[in-house]
Amino acid sequence: MALNYDQAVAKYEPTLGLEVHVELNTKSKMFCGCATEFGASPNTQTCPICLGLPGALPVVNAKAIESSILIGLALNCSIAPFSRFARKNYFYPDMPKNFQTSQYDEPICVNGYLDVEIETDEGPKQFRVEIERVHMEEDTGKSLHVGGATGRIHGADYSLLDYNRAGIPLVEIVTKIVGGTGKYAPQVARAYVTELREILRSLGVSDVKMEQGSMRCDVNLSLAPVGSNELGTRSETKNVNSLRSVERAVIGEVIRQSNRLEAGERIVQETRHFQEESGQTRSGRSKEQAEDYRYFPEPDLVPVAPAAQWIEELRASLPEKPSTRRKRLQELWNVPAKEMEAMVNAELLDVVEETIGLGSEPTRARSWWLGEVSRLANEREVGPTFLITPAQVAEVIALIESGELTDKLARQVVEGVVGGEGTPREVIDKRGLKVVSDDGALMVAIEAAILAQPDTAERVRGGNLPAAGALIGAVMKATGGQADAAKVRELLLKHLGQG
Amino acid sequence: MSDVTIHSTAAQMSEALIAGSTTSVALTNAHFAQIEAVEPAVHAFLHLDKDGALSQAAEVDAKRARGEKLAPLAGVPLALKDVLAQQGVPTTAGSKMLEGWRPPYDATVVKKLKDAGVVILGKTNMDEFAMGSSTENSAYGNTHNPWDLTRIPGGSGGGSAAALAAFQAPLAIGTDTGGSIRQPAAVTGTVGVKPTYGGVSRYGLIAFSSSLDQAGPCARTVLDTALLHEAIAGYDQMDSTSINAPVPQVVAAAKKLDIKGLKIGVVKELLGEGFQAGVRQRFEEALEELVKAGAQIVEVSCPNFDYGLAAYYLIAPSEASSNLARFDSMRYGIRIGDDGTRSAAEVMSLTRHEGFGAEVKRRIILGTYALSSGYYDAYYGSAQKVRTLVKRDFDAAFANVDVLVSPTCPTTAFKLGENTDDPLAMYLNDIATIPVNLAGIGGMSLPCGLAPEDGLPVGFQIMSPGMRDDLMYQVGGTLEAALVSKWGHTLLSQAPALAGN
Repeated sequence: MALNYDQAVAKYEPTLGLEVHVELNTKSKMFCGCATEFGASPNTQTCPICLGLPGALPVVNAKAIESSILIGLALNCSIAPFSRFARKNYFYPDMPKNFQTSQYDEPICVNGYLDVEIETDEGPKQFRVEIERVHMEEDTGKSLHVGGATGRIHGADYSLLDYNRAGIPLVEIVTKIVGGTGKYAPQVARAYVTELREILRSLGVSDVKMEQGSMRCDVNLSLAPVGSNELGTRSETKNVNSLRSVERAVIGEVIRQSNRLEAGERIVQETRHFQEESGQTRSGRSKEQAEDYRYFPEPDLVPVAPAAQWIEELRASLPEKPSTRRKRLQELWNVPAKEMEAMVNAELLDVVEETIGLGSEPTRARSWWLGEVSRLANEREVGPTFLITPAQVAEVIALIESGELTDKLARQVVEGVVGGEGTPREVIDKRGLKVVSDDGALMVAIEAAILAQPDTAERVRGGNLPAAGALIGAVMKATGGQADAAKVRELLLKHLGQG
Repeated sequence: MSDVTIHSTAAQMSEALIAGSTTSVALTNAHFAQIEAVEPAVHAFLHLDKDGALSQAAEVDAKRARGEKLAPLAGVPLALKDVLAQQGVPTTAGSKMLEGWRPPYDATVVKKLKDAGVVILGKTNMDEFAMGSSTENSAYGNTHNPWDLTRIPGGSGGGSAAALAAFQAPLAIGTDTGGSIRQPAAVTGTVGVKPTYGGVSRYGLIAFSSSLDQAGPCARTVLDTALLHEAIAGYDQMDSTSINAPVPQVVAAAKKLDIKGLKIGVVKELLGEGFQAGVRQRFEEALEELVKAGAQIVEVSCPNFDYGLAAYYLIAPSEASSNLARFDSMRYGIRIGDDGTRSAAEVMSLTRHEGFGAEVKRRIILGTYALSSGYYDAYYGSAQKVRTLVKRDFDAAFANVDVLVSPTCPTTAFKLGENTDDPLAMYLNDIATIPVNLAGIGGMSLPCGLAPEDGLPVGFQIMSPGMRDDLMYQVGGTLEAALVSKWGHTLLSQAPALAGN
């Protein structure tokens, strides 16, 4: 009988290690001036340096150093007064120099931590994930293996190489061993990557788009029998490309490893690949025979020695911690936790905050962004912030609050703005979407409705107020939805002696 | 061409160009005529860029005719070591691996030369990837020493040195990782300078050993070398290891001809066993000239120099094993075995098997081994410590003396083929030049006579503290003047006539 997850964690204690690679969003590459834009035509963002042409030399991108220090500071790390680049030597066609310029035993940031909160059976609980190091390196190019069954280099008919990505600055954030999570290992892993992503986003140092690969996570996991003090053999799962996958990969590995152990087999130290469809991992390269990368200090670069004063300036410039900010805004706006989470997950916190800052009522601001705008964005398969600005949403909300627009009209205005018809004001003018607030015009419609439904009018006169709905509906219909329903109700009831 | 000939100095050519008594086109043509005449015997060049050179020369002449302000060496021809990238011109580093490669960019040194109006005649022969002391490791045949065509011209920059000695060019660029400028200068009776590490940009220099490589000027006189030095030196933001400080005033120093009161240290460890008698004799005679000129000579001990060679042959191959990894046939250079059935890894392997020569493979294997986990500390780590000790020896010495001197190499030019089967004997040629590279300081070789036993040139090495390159030019210029006046002629005027001379 195969163990399921609950049975597995009842017998085995998981130990995690997380390595997150983040592409920095610097305008130029790590060691040359080439552009870093995502999605450009293959090999159009290259030069002698990132192609590793004979004679070319690297020069460190100062912005990348700054970003790395910011990340280290936000993760409570010590910033090394002196760190060095090293060469990691191995051959691969998409590595222009056949060595990766990275950092080895002298990384730029060391010894930090990140506190994350998860829901447990006993309520919310905080875990401290300790950070071993934050180091800088360059990305490799991309290989596209054409033909063959696996899409891998072996068996391919031919391979295409794109060096646009070669030399893009990467920061690798490595945790220390994360133990003591018990059955909550998947949640802790996910919460860590989520919080890390929020921090990186708040620092503005990366696009942190897991689906585009600008943030990639490797999950190391080992199991040991509950109560034992030893560490098991670990596997390293790559290709984990979403927050949900982080959680699933941990679950998948716990189940796989526990069942191997149950069957009396040993765990092989290896790289595994996460399969998005099945949630399982597939065996990759064995690491039993550790590859010898022949690291040595990069002689083409001078050591990185950031001035203490600069580090302090960067520390002073750190934005509010995302977790602190979430708590503050949640209280300020009086939003339930679930709603807060929805905004965070939809990456709408910034725009909602900005909209509220422009005078909108928090509940309205939140529901417009999460509701109508997100719906339109989903239809168009773009991010909500590409469609409409916080200022425009705030303007629409202000028009609702002043009674110039009904919710229904406002939706049409937003649709017009999103459709490129102009500002809210322009859409209103073009489409003629004015609330009918002229009492005279409304009275004409009200009298017509009463005339058409005399029995209903009689019931309202007799005190049956809910019956007024049918009459209000008729008025709204007659005015093409442009009347303010509250106003119609007020006038109608007054007219029928109930006001 | 009127008053200047191919036998003139670059400084004289520059004056004639400025005076209008010759043109750059005329000078360039005269040098190509000499190249045509002697190249079959010497084989100093791997590639001649006659069209490019003549159009460059014509452009300089046109600018001069328009009265534009030009750099001192504008219009003077130069031979470029094939290890520097020159846009659009074949650049092989002496290796089959790069056969047919035309760089899409200029090395900073090349850009500076072009900006200064220096006319680049072509690319000179060298040991493959600058690994060697005889130019016999070139994939494109031997270069012959103009003093004796059966002998080596030194290496790795044998082509550049031979081109100078055979009057194919008045100026040349070399690169020096363990002596590749100075040793060829010594064995061909020419002048060569390895500037302070970081003094000249390495951008575009095909790397052998990044922490040791340095491009530098080669010429037939100390002043010409200084003129070229100032043309190529200076901070370059494309090279992180380049020094952001003013270029030492080497031209003024070369013209000073005064060393009164300077203290000159003779390195005890670089004059002992293994040095040819005639080399020692000419070296000591040169010391006498320095004393006569008013310098004080003292003996200095640098005990750690004894380990320099061993440390060098760990550090240089280690860095080379990594630097040469990029030659994998994927993006440039030759590609072997890509027949549609082989994997990328197999094609890489076949290409490297075919494309690299024996010495390059030897050093890649040595370096790969030295960097391997478990061996790193014993080899690469220890070698770096020796390097620090060598630096300290220099620091201690320079606390007491202005410059240090030694013979440039233990022997005069050996016969072609004499050492090809004995890498260790070949490596020993660099024993006196290597400490300078390990410490990153400046070194010069200039001729100090012909060894009585074989009539071949002997090199005199001057070593100066970091970024005090001016000191070696000051001493070198003075010594050169004293020796020429003592001999009554330049050393090169004693070289046997080649077909074109």
